[in-house]
Amino acid sequence: MYSQGLIGADGKTHEDEAFLNAFQARIDAEQKIEPNDPMPQGYRKTLIRQISQHAHSEIIGMQPEGNWISRAPTLRRKAALLAKVQDEGGHGLYLYSAAETLGVSREEVTDQLLSGAAKYSSIFNYPALTWADIGAIGWLVDGAAIMNQIVLCRCSYGPYARAMIRICKEESFHQRQGYEIMIALCNGSDEQKELAQDALNRFWWPSLMMFGPPEGDSVHSSQSMIWKIKRFSNDDLRDKFINATVPQAEHLGLTIPDPDLKWNEQKQGYDHGDIDWNEFWRVVKGDGICNRDRLKKRRKVHRNGAWVREAALAFASKHAAQQTADAQIAAE
Amino acid sequence: MTDKTYLFQYLLRLADDHLILSQRLGEWCGEAPTLEEDLALANIALDLIGQSRSIYSYAADVENKGRDEDHLAFVRVERDYRNALIAEQPNGDFAHTIARQFFVSAFMVPFWREMESSNDLMLAAIAAKASKEVAYHLRHASEWVIRLGDGTEESRERMIEALDDLFIFTGEMFEVDETVEAMIRSGVCTDPSSLMGEWLQTVQSVIAQATLEMPDTGFMQTGGRMGRHTEHLGHILSELQYMQRTYPGQVW
Repeated sequence: MYSQGLIGADGKTHEDEAFLNAFQARIDAEQKIEPNDPMPQGYRKTLIRQISQHAHSEIIGMQPEGNWISRAPTLRRKAALLAKVQDEGGHGLYLYSAAETLGVSREEVTDQLLSGAAKYSSIFNYPALTWADIGAIGWLVDGAAIMNQIVLCRCSYGPYARAMIRICKEESFHQRQGYEIMIALCNGSDEQKELAQDALNRFWWPSLMMFGPPEGDSVHSSQSMIWKIKRFSNDDLRDKFINATVPQAEHLGLTIPDPDLKWNEQKQGYDHGDIDWNEFWRVVKGDGICNRDRLKKRRKVHRNGAWVREAALAFASKHAAQQTADAQIAAE
Repeated sequence: MTDKTYLFQYLLRLADDHLILSQRLGEWCGEAPTLEEDLALANIALDLIGQSRSIYSYAADVENKGRDEDHLAFVRVERDYRNALIAEQPNGDFAHTIARQFFVSAFMVPFWREMESSNDLMLAAIAAKASKEVAYHLRHASEWVIRLGDGTEESRERMIEALDDLFIFTGEMFEVDETVEAMIRSGVCTDPSSLMGEWLQTVQSVIAQATLEMPDTGFMQTGGRMGRHTEHLGHILSELQYMQRTYPGQVW
């Protein structure tokens, strides 16, 4: 999912063996690595990539749900949705700050997002077409995010792990909020139930894809496992998500759109049908239905806000200069 | 009209002001010039939605016809909305949004403060919470008026234009008609025109700090309290009411 950010991480370092061994010993002893600690370049690069792409996912993720703020069906739902999208912006903010502790500025990583060089979670390239999608996104997308993020609370890099603790609390609230929207729909009219089923049909498979391809194909996972940035395989997390979610769908009276989904007594978990990884890669590479719109919108927002940011900087520097001058006069 | 009918009308106006303005601010979510502003504008919008909910619920109780906050907020026709015209004005650029929020918040600060001593206990309780919230809204908007006015050449021009464009809608906040008179008589609210002095002082002082001039005062637009709106309101409602109109009478 957000660890799609690991695509392309190399983990190469120029440090000598004693340094690397000492670093690994700290990791193995479950000591947190802090911003000023020495760390291999590869570790730093991997984290910058992962954290900034996680941040970008939060920011781009504001779009599909933001699309429904003006149309939410009740005042209570409107307030909850607006607060949720605001939380996502807040998550973006802490994550950009966590990335800054590794030596990259928000501007730098934002430029990477806007130029298309950095990725964000592909799930946000799927559109939020109906109100039920707001429920499904909270339930499934936030649900899948939590599976991954709970583990990140124990990530070896301190600032990221700590940011994730707060983020997870909020995500779990969002997930319950989404599920509650689904409950209301499923307790409602036939038309509302159809909306709920349709949203599940469209979001189920993309949610499973959020965990990333199976390990055999995910070349960057093993180094991240050794560094304890990542602790479970994509497939393990995906299975955990499916096992948790199927009973929730049953409780709603909805059908998971996978005819091959069945309980496997031996592994005490569900087996699922084949995931269409061609679709996954197509969307990752830019050909999802919303990829172009998402980036275009982000670029437009960035462009439209430029004069405001310039004004704020100009004002701040004018007044900093004024303050210095005043201080000099006072000193004389 | 009975006192209850006047009170209901008065509450609707107040709730509509908050709802329509929050709908406008919500349009910024994900589109603000910085991430910090995305959070700040959403925060203000959330405060306003919260205030509108309390007021609509109270209005529904006063009316006592089985309607609830959502009926009042979503299922009325355009001419029945009673918000001041300033609330429905388009976001425009960031300077316009700031100017609109600045003018409104500079009014809401003394308004809610006075409301805290309303003899309507429900409104007094709503006022106690709202007072704290609008103090922040005013500080936020004032800081931006100053920053943009005294920022770059471009931001200065945009801020001047925004203040000029919106000033004409500010007079409506102070109007006293039959409904407001009835509310003043029964001690529900103070005379809004008595808040003009404080409002002007706030506005003048911030505009001066922004190194700008006060917009020319002249004719003031009016009509929102009678349901005579600008063309913008209909479009706001078409989004606001979409779900309630498409799927009438369902529970969400």
